[in-house]
Amino acid sequence: MTDEPILRATGLQKYFPVTKGAILKRTIGQVKAVDAVDLDVYPGETVGLVGESGSGKSTAGRTMLRLLDPTGGKIEFQGQDITHLTRRELVPLRRQMQMIFQDPYSSLNPRHTVGGIISQPFQIQKVDPPGGQKKAVQDLMARVGLNPEHFNRYPNEFSGGQRQRIGVARAMALQPKLVIADEPVSALDVSVQAQVVNLLDDLQNEFGLAYIFIAHDLSVVRHISDRVAVMYLGHIVEYTPADELYARPRHPYTVALLSAVPIPDPELEGKRKRMLLSGDLPSPINPPSGCVFRTRCPKVQDICAVEKPVLSEVAPRHAVACHFPMEQEAVAAVTGAGSDQAPGTPSA
Amino acid sequence: MSPYLEVTDLKVEFPTEDGIVHAVDGVSFDLERSQTLAIVGESGSGKSVTSQAIMGLINRKSASISGQVLLEGTDLVTETDDGIRALRGREMAMIFQDPLSSLHPFYSIGRQLVEAVLVHQDVSKSAAREQAIDMLDRVGIPSAKARIDDYPHQLSGGMRQRVMIAIALVNSPSLLIADEPTTALDVTVQAQILELIKDLQSEFSTALIVITHDLGVVAEVADDVLVMYGGRIVERGSVDEVYRAPEMPYTLGLLASVPRMDRPRAARLDPIPGQPPSLISLPQGCVFRPRCPYADEVPDRACWTTRPALVETRDDHLVRCHLPSERRIELATERLGALTGGGAS
Repeated sequence: MTDEPILRATGLQKYFPVTKGAILKRTIGQVKAVDAVDLDVYPGETVGLVGESGSGKSTAGRTMLRLLDPTGGKIEFQGQDITHLTRRELVPLRRQMQMIFQDPYSSLNPRHTVGGIISQPFQIQKVDPPGGQKKAVQDLMARVGLNPEHFNRYPNEFSGGQRQRIGVARAMALQPKLVIADEPVSALDVSVQAQVVNLLDDLQNEFGLAYIFIAHDLSVVRHISDRVAVMYLGHIVEYTPADELYARPRHPYTVALLSAVPIPDPELEGKRKRMLLSGDLPSPINPPSGCVFRTRCPKVQDICAVEKPVLSEVAPRHAVACHFPMEQEAVAAVTGAGSDQAPGTPSA
Repeated sequence: MSPYLEVTDLKVEFPTEDGIVHAVDGVSFDLERSQTLAIVGESGSGKSVTSQAIMGLINRKSASISGQVLLEGTDLVTETDDGIRALRGREMAMIFQDPLSSLHPFYSIGRQLVEAVLVHQDVSKSAAREQAIDMLDRVGIPSAKARIDDYPHQLSGGMRQRVMIAIALVNSPSLLIADEPTTALDVTVQAQILELIKDLQSEFSTALIVITHDLGVVAEVADDVLVMYGGRIVERGSVDEVYRAPEMPYTLGLLASVPRMDRPRAARLDPIPGQPPSLISLPQGCVFRPRCPYADEVPDRACWTTRPALVETRDDHLVRCHLPSERRIELATERLGALTGGGAS
């Protein structure tokens, strides 16, 4: 990772106005969906973006692709400032950044054939792939594990997992450099999830593309990500390599999140201690003063209400936004058996 | 002594234009009070239909239901609608997946709770309201007295699910069925709700059936587990036993395919190939055969021609598979062992 980041967001903000009145719309408040987010993504890596519903992870992803207009901050793509580009100016860049959506049912037009859906990017970008569009579409279909002869079929003739493969093929059509995948496997059956995760993995190795992988399933995120950013109420509270995050989480929210994930091992489940959070996510219209997590934090002190903690390194490449990051012993109970060792030594 | 709930050879079939859907085919199990049974399976495996059949929630005009569901001696399959209505809510209750669509948006949560009380108990309205407040308090709604007149949309997802649980438990039923109770919730809220359900279960000694696709949730709450595939039980046993030594290749495939936080990262996931079957045209022979990597090992192409029976392999551990038991255990050890691969103890 010596290169320049492919995507860099600095102080990214996205507020949605809350309005009142039907004709004379007055703005009476703002939903601070994303507030001061710094994120960098390097070529070929996968950054996981995790958090609960309402944490702003999807909005952050969409804003970084300029599918939403940012309220503040700066977005650079391959060194170029794209924060204020017009739609027209963005068109050539869209070739290099694509999106995979969560719901394989609503994200494919039911009136278009699969071939039509996958070739749409070629038409929009006026690209003529070598060998013609039909061949390119069939190659893509074969690549994502669909039968190329089915290019004349409609989405309703496919199962959920196959539809998600169609969405993946569409995103890959122009060989992008960056793909944002928003909950790409959460609508799929358990036995099919692993197929799609492996497919995304393979495509990354083949094309050297970077992913921003947005998901709430922490086990899947750990599997696929190089680095993981944890979001809470519009803020990134912890950002570090995946193995570090899961072995040594420091932010109390990350610890609570990890401790809440049930592990499919009854013996371990019996032994584990949970760090249960009380209450619900506060309203993003009126976020708490100081640290946004303080209303649910078990370690809260006076300073947390006054001063907003900044995301800063507590260890090399381990950034945490907390006045009182947690120590190792408190965390050991949470990660279960402890996966401290280096990854990737499968024996089979 | 006969068990509290005894389901024998339950079958549910829906006739459709495309053919008969065999949603549930020969499901049998029993359940005691204070026990928790998890039913796991993918969409279309028949897990929800099983629970709806027990609760009498399936329209008998559009489906044919056969078999026996004995709840303390009463057969719910042959019981009249009025008879089931008297039991439902009082003797048995259900928690649904989506708390937003299962609460009535026009009525305050208090009114919905009071109604549940008044249907089954001969008490005054104010006494019912007292009970409702008490129940909301028990399920952890802060300042229940003030929130009781709130409408569902004023509550968060987790709070709504608590209200659902309050409605289900307000008449202290002995049987509670929770159909994907936490699927719509975030993990931190899921942990709160599971904790709550477990607490209330031990307080009321409820017999609990949890329906889920999440293998982690099963490990956390259940005593016994029943794995369903294509409308059938393919494996049944205690959670400890089934997770330690899953013998049906489908169960094994499920356990092997989910990435786990407590283990070293695998380079690749180990998915089950193919797609879940259509319940209209189930394959001949073993329903899992098209996705099973071991079907070729069985002689005489039995997996293609003969439906395996659900057979006991060890104490109270039943498996539906043609492979010999020794081979199944060998496979489980091999594949699950590979996951722990030189690793985390």
